Amino acid sequence: MTSAPVRYLLVFLFVFSGFPGFASGLDLKGENTGAYDTTAFKSPFFEDNERCFVCHGQNRYEYTNENLGRQVRAMMFSERVVDRSEFYESNHKSFSCTDCHSASYVQFPHPGELRMEQMYNCIDCHGNDEKFAQFHFEEIEASYQLSTHYKLEEEGFTCWDCHGPHEYKINVRNSSNLKETILYDNNICLRCHSNFDQFQLLTEREEINILQKHEWLPNQESHFKNVRCIECHSEINDTILVSHLINPMEKAVRRCNECHSQNSMLMSTLYKFQSKEQRKDGFFNGIILNQSYVIGANRNEYLNILSLIIFAVVIVIISIHIYFRLTGKTK
Amino acid sequence: MYLYPIWVRLWHFINTLLVLVLIVTGISMQYTDQKEYILVVGFAKAVKWHNITAGLLTINYIFFVTGNILSKNGRYYRIERKNFLDNMGKQLRYYSWGMFKGEKHPFPVSLDQKFNPLQKLSYVLAMYVALPLIIFSGIGLLFPETVISRLFGISGMILTDILHITMGFFLSVFLAIHIYTCTLGARPTSLFKSMLSGYHEPENHTA
Repeated sequence: MTSAPVRYLLVFLFVFSGFPGFASGLDLKGENTGAYDTTAFKSPFFEDNERCFVCHGQNRYEYTNENLGRQVRAMMFSERVVDRSEFYESNHKSFSCTDCHSASYVQFPHPGELRMEQMYNCIDCHGNDEKFAQFHFEEIEASYQLSTHYKLEEEGFTCWDCHGPHEYKINVRNSSNLKETILYDNNICLRCHSNFDQFQLLTEREEINILQKHEWLPNQESHFKNVRCIECHSEINDTILVSHLINPMEKAVRRCNECHSQNSMLMSTLYKFQSKEQRKDGFFNGIILNQSYVIGANRNEYLNILSLIIFAVVIVIISIHIYFRLTGKTK
Repeated sequence: MYLYPIWVRLWHFINTLLVLVLIVTGISMQYTDQKEYILVVGFAKAVKWHNITAGLLTINYIFFVTGNILSKNGRYYRIERKNFLDNMGKQLRYYSWGMFKGEKHPFPVSLDQKFNPLQKLSYVLAMYVALPLIIFSGIGLLFPETVISRLFGISGMILTDILHITMGFFLSVFLAIHIYTCTLGARPTSLFKSMLSGYHEPENHTA
């Protein structure tokens, strides 16, 4: 870690590049995630699960039609396709398919009544279980029930709409790369809010143009890459790490000062998990600096003091000068 | 003595207004807080007006540089290496000692020498070092995608912003000293009047 004085020195030596040749911008593609070790995991149910994945693991599947007496190739309905690699990286990677789905699915063709199978919700497995106490699932459920999304339950909204059981992976706690967490979390929202096919399954509202709706936001692209949608669209909750109380549009944060200030609310939201590991180099809300930079929230205490001292010295010198002008042979 | 042509006065007047707005809005952004202060502009308004004014200042700066290239005014900003430190010392001594003893100005204002050595150095640093740096770093903050993302493990945005606010601070200090030294004319108001009329009032002291 570079020491604080060296950082300030660097400011004066070589700082800014306004030329496209230097521009690497805020591109996320090249950044190392280093968060998930997928190759080391070997599911104890790998072989069992392959019985499902052989058809549901890709778009095309084959089966023997005994009536026709031949192999038939068909397309799998996209909602029924589960990506193997995503599944074995997800939170539920150690599960057998039949832990959640009926064991009767091993029959093929699948029995028709399985279509009406009742699906679990997060709280069904994670609620009131000491093993998951640190995640506060009960609090999450309570928050969700106050959320604007809860009103859509009658239309079929469930936890799975945001947290797909076959691919969702816990993110902000594990990731060392916050930019990737932001991208991952925002894509959860965009799955419906920027995809009208998905959106219209749950609401009669007209299509939303996210870019137009956020036209008022200065440096829109920078905001989209550096904060999550929920920073402005959810209620801060002190108990749970990620707020699940999504507010209606009218209650979204619009005051810049909420984040761009010494008491930045980002410390209670996006940087909540890391905020305990405060940096000690004079920057307010210094932990943000590891990943980003927020004007107003990251002013430097030392530079503030130094600037006040310099200004005070200038005023004192001018005052002394005025005194001698008044008492000397000049005006 | 006609010393300040109309284009210089026009540039200077516009520059004054823009710099004042930039300082107020810049401080508003730097010291923003959850509560909206009455004396400081709110963050959203500060950002908007800072951006607009900075754009105008950039245009005005280009006008100033172009004017200095095309006219003879540019020669006043050429620092001579010969006796550089000696001359600086003479001027410094005059400001800190001689002027109180009624000594004559070591570098009286003339058509060939509008600025004294100390004045010239501070103007060159302000106009040809600080201004370009603050403009370029400001463009970087306005278009974050043009800023290098990390340099020696530090966010390029932090470095760009610190450069920007540091230059802003130095220019604010320059402004305070500039306004004060402008009271050192024949009479305390002479030099302010000169910037309006274009005519320099002969004096013993200058700013």
